[in-house]
Amino acid sequence: MTETAGPDKVASAEQIGLSAREAAAAPPRDAASWARKVDRLQVDARDGVRGTNVAGRRLTGPVQGFGKMWQKTYRMDAGPRIQPQQAIATWREHFPEFWPKGNRFAGALTGINPGDVALLDLAIGGGVKLSTGVFVLYADTESFTLMTPQGHMFAGWITFSAEREGDTTVVQAQVLMRANDPLYEIAMTLGGHRKEDKFWAATLTALGQRLGIGDPKVETRSTCVDSRRQWRHSRNAWHNSMVRSVLQTLAAPVTSLGHLMRGSRSGMKSQPNG
Amino acid sequence: MGAQTITMDVRRVGEKTAVVDIRGDVTAACEPVLMSAYEAAGGSATNRLVLNFAGLEYMNSGGIGMLVTLLVRANRQHQQLAAYGLSEHYREIFELTRLDEAITIYDSEESALNGVVR
Repeated sequence: MTETAGPDKVASAEQIGLSAREAAAAPPRDAASWARKVDRLQVDARDGVRGTNVAGRRLTGPVQGFGKMWQKTYRMDAGPRIQPQQAIATWREHFPEFWPKGNRFAGALTGINPGDVALLDLAIGGGVKLSTGVFVLYADTESFTLMTPQGHMFAGWITFSAEREGDTTVVQAQVLMRANDPLYEIAMTLGGHRKEDKFWAATLTALGQRLGIGDPKVETRSTCVDSRRQWRHSRNAWHNSMVRSVLQTLAAPVTSLGHLMRGSRSGMKSQPNG
Repeated sequence: MGAQTITMDVRRVGEKTAVVDIRGDVTAACEPVLMSAYEAAGGSATNRLVLNFAGLEYMNSGGIGMLVTLLVRANRQHQQLAAYGLSEHYREIFELTRLDEAITIYDSEESALNGVVR
């Protein structure tokens, strides 16, 4: 490791222009791992999920969120036999299968790849599903990261990674987030954080079982990185997918009736005269 | 996620500004190096911290997360964070993650020091 965090190194040519790498026009090593830039999300319909509250939304990172900033880490010792690449390949390929019951992740059939948008239906109780999505920001052989859109419970990203620590492999999910708006901040405080902790612990346990670990143990660690709330982002509530999902659920019978009537009217029009 | 290959050299430019020259791979593993650089940059005595990414060779999502942590720390001290030397690829990543809304990106050291976006 080279570590020179000392003062007073003299300026180089790099400081006034392009790096040597860019001058040589060689693509950076991480180029294929990052998603291409998008301004607003575009999605295709997917079976088994409602698919609302995602199309046209912007991505939100911790900078754009409202609530306190949390870093939550869920770690599992996968033992000496599992290699990091093996754990991540399994996770990327079968990601939806590890989700707790009642929640749906409708991603691309090819697994997790940079630039993909997945549609989610999350169980929030009372028979209501919260419809939202995630964007695959980054993916390589040892990690991948999902980023959330406007309206999601939190603004931020989740990085799933695996690495060797001594003679064992440690698999982890790490969330860096702020609740997206004041309503979500209240919900997170009143049990939302606990529910999320259970969700990711259950996911890691399911992954561990798939990897052949006998009794997977998940360690959870939460750190409040910034206790201040960003009131300038309180208007994020306009996009709140929980509120919108409840309204969409309530309006579903009327919406279905409308579709039926439109369908039967167009059916009548298409009937031949006479 | 192998051995760290990162250097962060700190230069003071005037009383209140420091430049951190970043060379190598920026990942979550280099957080101690970045935080040491932050301390060497003067901590709360500095009101403008400029990150020079011209020597950046690789960055993963853990690296972006680490920059967010640095941003929180700088905001707490009422310090401005700026960046320059980003290639088109890394500039797009800053825009994609919307980090550019909190860390102002400049084309050169001169404009970063003067606070002039070109």
